[in-house]
Amino acid sequence: MHSIRWLAVIPFLALIIGPFFVNRVTPFVLGLPFLLAWIVAWILLTSLIMAVIYANDPANQEDEP
Amino acid sequence: MNGALPFIAAAALLALVLGFLARRGKDMNLEQWTVGGRGFGALFVFVLLAGEIYTTFTFLGGSGFAYGKGAPAYYILCYGTLAYVISYFMLPPIWRYAKEHRLYSQSDFFVRKYDSPALGVIVALVDIVALIPYLVLQFKGLGIIVEIAGYGAISSTVAIWIGAAVVAAYVMVSGVHGSAWTAVAKDTMILVVVVFLGIYLPVHFYGGFGPMFTAIEQAKPGFTALPPHGESLWWFSSTVLLTALGFYTWPHTFASIYTAKGASALRKNAVFLPLYQLILLFVFFVGFAATLQVPGLTGSNIDLALFKLSAKTFDPWFVGVVGATGVLTALVPGSMIMMTAATLIANNLYRTVNPSADDRQVSLLAKLLVPVVALVAVFFTLKGGETIVALLLMGYSFVTQLFPALVLSLARRNFATREGATAGIIAGVATVAAVSLTGTNFHTLPWLPPQIQDLNIGIVALAVNFVVLIVVSLATRRATAPASAAAE
Repeated sequence: MHSIRWLAVIPFLALIIGPFFVNRVTPFVLGLPFLLAWIVAWILLTSLIMAVIYANDPANQEDEP
Repeated sequence: MNGALPFIAAAALLALVLGFLARRGKDMNLEQWTVGGRGFGALFVFVLLAGEIYTTFTFLGGSGFAYGKGAPAYYILCYGTLAYVISYFMLPPIWRYAKEHRLYSQSDFFVRKYDSPALGVIVALVDIVALIPYLVLQFKGLGIIVEIAGYGAISSTVAIWIGAAVVAAYVMVSGVHGSAWTAVAKDTMILVVVVFLGIYLPVHFYGGFGPMFTAIEQAKPGFTALPPHGESLWWFSSTVLLTALGFYTWPHTFASIYTAKGASALRKNAVFLPLYQLILLFVFFVGFAATLQVPGLTGSNIDLALFKLSAKTFDPWFVGVVGATGVLTALVPGSMIMMTAATLIANNLYRTVNPSADDRQVSLLAKLLVPVVALVAVFFTLKGGETIVALLLMGYSFVTQLFPALVLSLARRNFATREGATAGIIAGVATVAAVSLTGTNFHTLPWLPPQIQDLNIGIVALAVNFVVLIVVSLATRRATAPASAAAE
């Protein structure tokens, strides 16, 4: 259960280290330059990752009043 | 009178009315006024947090950044997203501690955790020095927006006075409730207007996103990827990291954590705020669309790109709608900043000097300080020259210096001692000031490898801060009992 929280490291790798490997204009993805498309994709995935962490976090069941 | 003005006036009036209505049914003691009685659900916390992020800087600066510099603007998308990830883990313990100890401000948090009123004063001073220029930035943006969107019918000076008066009035009456209500209006408008502009303009001028970026790539090759030097990958990554850490150390953002009813509201927002961050993408689309359509803006004028392109494309009434949205993006964060600064002065400076003051007196003083803070900011907006610009650049780096002491204090056993935390913050802030005022950056040290030269100089201040914190903590740890014992 606790280990799922480590998923939160992935967005940091993707958005801080990732750009070093994808800093290019082409190919366009859905009309966006590649670097921008990469960033947008990871923002969507970050939200998804946080949703997974939220759903599996016992703290949200025994919530404070 | 022109077609745009009624909309801009309506925005100011709407903010005023909502701001006053927000008070209804509440006894405005300090806890209600400054942290909403700690009773806000996920939606209000969401608009408060979003309200502080989507400021005039986002509206004007975000589009201007994309217009003038291209890909380096992407960093704004990234750092917010990462800050929300951090927030999932960092905000609930802060919230819980604040609720247990009935804290009102960020400075209170440090006072309690480190059992040190002196540290509280230092934090309050750092906060205020960072907040006032941030408020000035909002007022400046407001003046620009009204002057341009109103086609010059109202001068920026008049707009700034009116805007400051409106915000000060409703903040005095309703406090954070006023901010939350107006933030709902603002976020609805900005969502609709920015998404519309971000889709309509590229389609109208280029026939779509792909054709737009193709045209930009032909006219300015490499504009939409990071350049090899200057604002390069190294600059990008170091800046994203630094600004993500500093995000929640802004005192008005920090205080809005306290307004939450429960910790799960904060966690829930960590899921949704990254998506909301995508509004910035549409702001960038506007900036990119403007690059080839209204070329030639340079220097600080790049911030006008969004309005220049809107004025070129739309009828005055719609420019008025865009202007009205822009006005709200200045007023809402402005209200949070005024309230936070007034609370810090009353609760953390005045109360330290005069400990016998009760909550009622502090609350009254805080409300009376709101117009004073507003006046100071208006003065700097109208008269401030180079100094205020320098302060603006320093603000973010200043508040980032609170991060190490803050994060360590959340651990079960706090490694940092009172002396260590204090010395670290002072060393960090002094480094920021020295570096900024002398205009130093890694580029002035030509013997460094080019990758290091591109790093954000803020890294140095944070490193100095951290090293001093560790050294002083180790030195004082043996001499005295750890501060964590007293704090817990």
